[in-house]
Amino acid sequence: MIKAGISQHRTAVLLGAALILCAALLIGVLVGPAGLTPDRTILELLDGIPGIHIDSGLTATQQAILWQIRLPRVVLGALVGAMLAVAGAAYQGVFRNPLADPYLLGVSSGAGLGATLAIVSGGALGMFGIPMAAFVGGVLAVFATYSLGRSIGGPQNAVVIILAGVAVAAFTNAAQTFVQQRFDDSLREVYSWLLGGLSTDGWSEVLVVLPYVALASAVILVHRRVLDVMAVGDVEAASLGVDPARSRLVLVLAATLGTAAVVSASGLIGFVGIVVPHAVRLVVGPSHRLLLPLSLMLGAAFLVLTDVAARTVLAPAELPIGVVTAMIGAPFFLLVLRRSRVSA
Amino acid sequence: MTDSAVRCRDLRVNLGGKDVVDGIDLDVTPGDWVAVVGPNGAGKTTLMHALAGLIPSTGELSVGGLSPRNSSRKAMSAVVALMPQRPVVPEGSTVKELVALGRTPYLRRFGTETATDRSVITSVIERLDLTEFADRRATELSGGELQRVVLARALAQEPQVLLLDEPTSALDIGHQQQVLDLVEELREDDNITVIAAMHDLTLAGQYGRRIVLLDKGSVVADGTPSAVLEADLLGRVYGARVEILERPSGPIVVPIRQEGTR
Repeated sequence: MIKAGISQHRTAVLLGAALILCAALLIGVLVGPAGLTPDRTILELLDGIPGIHIDSGLTATQQAILWQIRLPRVVLGALVGAMLAVAGAAYQGVFRNPLADPYLLGVSSGAGLGATLAIVSGGALGMFGIPMAAFVGGVLAVFATYSLGRSIGGPQNAVVIILAGVAVAAFTNAAQTFVQQRFDDSLREVYSWLLGGLSTDGWSEVLVVLPYVALASAVILVHRRVLDVMAVGDVEAASLGVDPARSRLVLVLAATLGTAAVVSASGLIGFVGIVVPHAVRLVVGPSHRLLLPLSLMLGAAFLVLTDVAARTVLAPAELPIGVVTAMIGAPFFLLVLRRSRVSA
Repeated sequence: MTDSAVRCRDLRVNLGGKDVVDGIDLDVTPGDWVAVVGPNGAGKTTLMHALAGLIPSTGELSVGGLSPRNSSRKAMSAVVALMPQRPVVPEGSTVKELVALGRTPYLRRFGTETATDRSVITSVIERLDLTEFADRRATELSGGELQRVVLARALAQEPQVLLLDEPTSALDIGHQQQVLDLVEELREDDNITVIAAMHDLTLAGQYGRRIVLLDKGSVVADGTPSAVLEADLLGRVYGARVEILERPSGPIVVPIRQEGTR
């Protein structure tokens, strides 16, 4: 009786999140100057499913806007948001630190430095090489942050790790700016990328990012129970049959790979990894069995809606999306800091 | 050989250049209750961690027929469970979620839970009288209730050997008895082997069927409670003045203040 209740509850919560995500995707596609109406857009989207043919009544221009501009942008936003949120939840779990976030751990800046180096080296690595360069930068940054934080304040000290992350991020940002100045012929390219934003060139960014996000999220989701075990600390986790060091390594690599890939496509977008998992925890509690899939879906919805705000608030001008997430995220971060200080 | 639940020969653990466990030989028969006692720093916790395979050790070691050095963490945790001194309670976790962690050794590749897992979780929760707490947050529980939750989690591992690291040092006298009575009941019913590092010598004498006295990483006495809990020996090892009161339930160790100081 109780069991059925709990699993029904879980299904209902997951279904609710899926509905929110669908609504966000639809809003993301609809909002904008082309005058797409909900009914016609839905018909047109259904028409896109292989084997279904419906005349949506959209003009050829509107169809092109929908398929080549709006939809790729919304899908990219969803992938980036989903990845940043899940990576944030994973970092918080493995470091047992409520303040961990790809941006605050320096992963994003490290990935940014890696991607910048790849861009200024003249695209010798090719389009798929930029995420790999970003990954290397991100991994180096997260290990620098973790070992610095550990050597200074011990692994349990949440705030010290974040301070180490700030230092690592400052250093890599400086290095990144330095590289950028030295290669001013590609300055514009780097700068427009760095500002963040989900402007896309058709589907190419989506195709580059998708495999990394799929792989990284799958690895993290498979570890949902391991993350629950790691919450009781290394000694108890080991006595329950988990190898904490190995699991931590696998999870950090997966989260960093995913983060690096989305950073290489969308630039530096902060705080998604802290806002979304914490909001989810407040509602459903800390178990990763719900936390991870919900962070995935709601992170996607969150960033799609943030992007809608970024492109409508000052329309026709566009606000960098990183500015919007920081405006929401920074106050939220302080709230989490306050809560974790009280409980520590 | 395989008759022992735990067997070690010349077991050593080196921490920071020092042998904290310094050549211990031990054979524990299945279903026994061994209380490991000794002054602070004698190596009790380190010995528990070594037996669970949580820290590297040298010398011969077999627990539940497995050697921690040749077995995966997962395989080990299906035969030996550890109840820590001060369990870590993640904020917001419910009692049921904590107990469910005990099924980790039996998880499938993709982390799915089987019907067996669910029925074991339900039955240990009922057995330890935690049903009414099942959906409560563990941070809201008292120390005694929390130790029951951690014991339930250990039982969900379905271990042959249960290691207790000073399981009651944070509890008041009533809850100490409740937890130890419960362990004794489980030992009798399931023939679980219990090895408990214990701080309180009287409780060790009351509950242990065998006492191992450690000092500076070595066994200095090993035998029945009456044989080991002996005033001169304890006086030497602990630097304490004690008197032993023999009772049918086991010896009682009473500290005596220095004469002429009143």
